[in-house]
Amino acid sequence: MSGEYKINVKVNGKNYERMVEPRLLLSDFIRHEIGLTGTHVGCEHGVCGTCTVLFDGLPSRSCLIFAVQAHRHEVVTVEGLGSIEQLHPLQKAFQEKHALQCGYCTPGFLMTLVPFVEKHSHPSDEEIREAIGGNLCRCTGYENIVEAVKLASAMMHTSKE
Amino acid sequence: MDTRYIGKPIKRLEDPRLLTGQALFTDDVHLDGLLHAAFLRSDYAHARIKSIDVSEALKRPGVIAVYTAEDFGDYWHVGPLQVPPPIAIPNAKFHAKGLPPIARGKVRFSGEPLAVVVAESRYIAEDAAGDILVDVEPLDAVVDLEKAFEDTSVLIHEDIGTNMAALVKQEKGSYAEAAAKADFIIKRKFHIDRGSAGAMENRALIASWENRTQSMTIWTNNQAPIPLRNTIASNLGLSDSQVHVITAFTGGGFGPKIMTSQADDVLLPWISKKLNRPVKWIEDRRENFLATTSERDQVHYCELALTRDGKILGFSDVFYHNTGAYDPYGMTVPLNTMTHTMGSYIVPNFYTEVRMVFTNKMVVSPVRGAGRMYGNYVMERMLDAAARELKLDVVEIRRKNLIQPEMLPLHTGITGQDFVENVIDSGNYPETLRKALEMIGYEKFVKEDQPKLRAQGKKVGIGIVTFVEGTGVGPYEGAKVTIEGSGKINVATGISSQGQGHYTSFAQIVAEQLGVEPKDVRITTGDTDQFDWGAGTFASRGMTVAGTAIYLASVNVRKKILKTASKALNAPEEELEISGGEVRVADIPTKSIKLGDLANRANPTRGVIEPGVEPGLEATAYYGPPYGATGQGSVAIILEVDPETFEVKIQRFVLVHDAGNIMNPMIVEGQIMGGVQMGLGNAFYEEIAYDEYGQLQNASLMDYLIPSATEMPPKIELGHVVSPSPLNPLGLKGVGEAGAIPIPSCFHQAIENALENKIEITASPMNPSRLFELTHK
Repeated sequence: MSGEYKINVKVNGKNYERMVEPRLLLSDFIRHEIGLTGTHVGCEHGVCGTCTVLFDGLPSRSCLIFAVQAHRHEVVTVEGLGSIEQLHPLQKAFQEKHALQCGYCTPGFLMTLVPFVEKHSHPSDEEIREAIGGNLCRCTGYENIVEAVKLASAMMHTSKE
Repeated sequence: MDTRYIGKPIKRLEDPRLLTGQALFTDDVHLDGLLHAAFLRSDYAHARIKSIDVSEALKRPGVIAVYTAEDFGDYWHVGPLQVPPPIAIPNAKFHAKGLPPIARGKVRFSGEPLAVVVAESRYIAEDAAGDILVDVEPLDAVVDLEKAFEDTSVLIHEDIGTNMAALVKQEKGSYAEAAAKADFIIKRKFHIDRGSAGAMENRALIASWENRTQSMTIWTNNQAPIPLRNTIASNLGLSDSQVHVITAFTGGGFGPKIMTSQADDVLLPWISKKLNRPVKWIEDRRENFLATTSERDQVHYCELALTRDGKILGFSDVFYHNTGAYDPYGMTVPLNTMTHTMGSYIVPNFYTEVRMVFTNKMVVSPVRGAGRMYGNYVMERMLDAAARELKLDVVEIRRKNLIQPEMLPLHTGITGQDFVENVIDSGNYPETLRKALEMIGYEKFVKEDQPKLRAQGKKVGIGIVTFVEGTGVGPYEGAKVTIEGSGKINVATGISSQGQGHYTSFAQIVAEQLGVEPKDVRITTGDTDQFDWGAGTFASRGMTVAGTAIYLASVNVRKKILKTASKALNAPEEELEISGGEVRVADIPTKSIKLGDLANRANPTRGVIEPGVEPGLEATAYYGPPYGATGQGSVAIILEVDPETFEVKIQRFVLVHDAGNIMNPMIVEGQIMGGVQMGLGNAFYEEIAYDEYGQLQNASLMDYLIPSATEMPPKIELGHVVSPSPLNPLGLKGVGEAGAIPIPSCFHQAIENALENKIEITASPMNPSRLFELTHK
């Protein structure tokens, strides 16, 4: 546990250099070291999916990664997705379809779904449910999240076509 | 009613902030000099504390302080009851045992706090908690509800000489007389076990004492910020006005976050004041399972007295209710059970008796569906048992006994959680049942589809139940509505929000009255410096009680607008209209004044105002119902049981609901769908499993199964029936718990039906292993 190590992590396109203990979780690094509190923590044992971020482009649970493992890697959090003025289509679809209530698990769902909606233009309900099967939500019953993913996929792929 | 915003599916105004990570939750608050607390919790469920040695913990660099019960001296006290004893019920026996904030002398449940470490970081605080040596004398754990009640049991609170926490009996008519006249008496025993509220955000609290202003600021995700403030002030000998409680955005509540007088809100403010530094505690998931209150643990002995043709003559329900190690939340849960057992049915004679028991398990306090779910479960399951024995159709026996619209309002004769007689205010029960049957295609499924599918070897079944949901109980809530000089509208109410969409639905009420758009209305909930009268968010009462107070305050502000504008525009009030943020003379649109300008006129900086006139365009109003509004509905499920793995797949799910008039249908449907997930969890997936030593065996989300998207029905089909409540001007009823109440009863009926009634389910939750055992008896 002794000693701190210098790490350099690119988060939402910006480089952060910090001295950290090797045991510091990436989720705590993101939230409390660099102050991006949009990434939430629900269980700290890798089950609920709330803390999901993109790690080199892949959805990953930031509570199961040490910050030192992110050295020279690239992380994208919900803050890197869209802004209040310009929501990402997924964020827009979540609002449109009422796919969030308390909003605590939402950043994890969004980051899990970013690569999914990019890849799938017409996902079936089953594919979507499978894709979010590792994220827990206690408010919505998931149905409106499924609807939002369908809408987001349609928005993203229609605009490209 | 012709409306612009009320009843419309307005998109939520709070969403953009939540969706972009810009909404502030409690753990997002960072303060200079912030310290972090971690609790050492008991591994034993029942033990006498011999010694606690914190010397090693104090040596660890970064540790600021470690406290045990002794260190708090005279400040240590057992918390007051958050809900008073049920004195409104004659001959009720109740032993009050409030929560100790930290164990002293004895521990009574696994997870009870023994010490609190304060350190420069949470990591260090947790390390130091591991340095503490605890020496205890283990005692036998009391875990079995019925055995705990026996004279030979080990005692949890020796001073009262019994493990009986309460004994309450209520009777309407005479069950004994009904039983004497009955053609049939059906008897069954049921056990409904415990689940977790499982909010995705755990509990959290920051206490920050500021010596220079002599004031305490608390950030927390509590459901009852005003009672919380009052107890913190009282504990520390401060004026209420010296304590400011702010509830940030909150990641779900579902009940347990209403608790006060726990370790965090009692100890952290004291520590912050002593150290003159802010202290933060963020609960982790394991703590949430171990040491946040939970619910559902009752054993029922039921008797249903019927005529030959299936008419209910009487119902008797003697039940044991597990309150856990203490009973700080009084009898809210079992009283809810008592008022929900008769459900949607005419029960001329009803006897209900609760034996509330102390055990060495976590304290029970309301969780979504609170108490109602068991009442629904035992009545619906008894009707199924009766249908089976009398060879009646499950729908037929329900139809025969349903309360009819012309019988309402109906005085049930049973006192509920609000300490007044439960009265069903309005509803159309036959209609919700009819609609649910129609939506699921009951006749066709039973006559055509099911026989065909059975012939193919498929174990498909259908379930149909009804339910009532007591909502919107008193005592009261209040709200203040202000039109500011800028024209902005500010609304503050005392309840706090956990995701119900209050920032939108409350704004709809105000916008409708004051001729603005919902986005122009700023709503503040759960900030004691903004509004400090009220009880909290519970019992599906936010919209019905606080929403009505907001409506009443808006109506009064509207009156003030018209009166002031009448003078300003020199026109009679009847000729004025309010819209687009201004007041106009109807026939002369050029003759108008902006609401902000009007507010400034009502708030002059010089000159004189007439005696008796209050400044500004502002009003405060309160609303307290005489009794709660009762929602109702019917559920129908078609499912398939895998005969080898006993996995259950829902094929169709229909829920028809009557929540009176609806403020925002999108939000209401969301509430129901979320409740359904918890209901399914209670029926088949979620169980807090304690062993015979009172050890919690599944304190992680890996072992405690919250339904994920793949366990949910492919579609939740919702139907609405609207019977406006006569109790409040907008005709509202609550809806937050509807989904959580009727699912286990319906789900289990459908499983029995799928297995051609070869098994009978009398316990909840079920799971594949239990179904296997039942079928292989």
